[in-house]
Amino acid sequence: MNAQELLELADDELILGWRNSEWTGIAPLLEEDVAFSSIAQNEIGHARALYELAARELGTTADELAFDREPGEYRCSKLVQLRLVPDWSRTIARHCIYERLDQARIEALKGLDDPELAGLAAKIDREEAYHRMHAEMWAERLAEEPRFTAALDELEPLFDLREEHVPEFEQLWREMTSVRRSVAGATW
Amino acid sequence: MVTEQQVWDALAEIPDPEIPVISLVDLGVIRSVDVDNGRVRVGFTPTFLGCPALEVMRDAMAARIGALGADAQIDVISDDSWSTDRITPEGREKLRASGFAPPAPREAGGPQLVQLQSNAFRCPYCGSKDTALENIFGPTPCRSVRYCNGCLQPFEQFKTI
Repeated sequence: MNAQELLELADDELILGWRNSEWTGIAPLLEEDVAFSSIAQNEIGHARALYELAARELGTTADELAFDREPGEYRCSKLVQLRLVPDWSRTIARHCIYERLDQARIEALKGLDDPELAGLAAKIDREEAYHRMHAEMWAERLAEEPRFTAALDELEPLFDLREEHVPEFEQLWREMTSVRRSVAGATW
Repeated sequence: MVTEQQVWDALAEIPDPEIPVISLVDLGVIRSVDVDNGRVRVGFTPTFLGCPALEVMRDAMAARIGALGADAQIDVISDDSWSTDRITPEGREKLRASGFAPPAPREAGGPQLVQLQSNAFRCPYCGSKDTALENIFGPTPCRSVRYCNGCLQPFEQFKTI
């Protein structure tokens, strides 16, 4: 796997982590407040580990890859870019779609000849198993809900679209990079 | 000159920053200790990749080894070698005694939702197995929240990883 492909994966996890964290404090149930915050933390942890691998290949650092690129350079899927707060049914639909398609991608990585990447993918998968169980629980609960099923149809085609960004991605990028851009050269 | 055993003993005194009742050695995150001519290399596996305590643990290990008069190098190994099955029997008992239900053994294929929703988990307070899943997620990524119908007490269940 080359560094560009690694970046797709890392960018997906980073941006979805940010989007999920937008539910912190305002999810419709306290349990979901905790769940989405925890999932966000995991996804950003995965992004960091993946950026570290990519950074070594590209001669840079994980932080530079995560926060110093221009908005147009991010390779994340349109699916994760969307700001879905306060729409819970579309949020759950995205969660279900992402976890399913991400599982296929992680499975492929686990089988690679590269022991470092395959090992990392296996570790990520141990954590993702809990995201999938959470998604599974909600998919079952909302199976008959028309807003949820319509959202599944609407959102699934977005997973493979990476060439362009949704308009609200720029705003997310500004928020995500603002601390780092505020002090040039600072390390946190 | 510092010995391997001294390093292990020192690491066994470092508490987990989030669950201080157990040590890093109890948690099974120390993969290796190599001592060579006053230089110590520790192989360390994070529990969860997004664990915010990672840097704290790494710094605590370096400081403790430094106090033994040795230079420390901590290698973070992000491979698949850590599982909750690596928590020592002593560590599991310490968890239980402080109200964290220890993780169930990892089965082939990993944990499944039906298993979490079953009543196979024991309350760390009263020992009842009549417990229900409240939330797959909890106060930190490594924990779920369950409720005991026996003693009417919510409790934290270490996730099986």
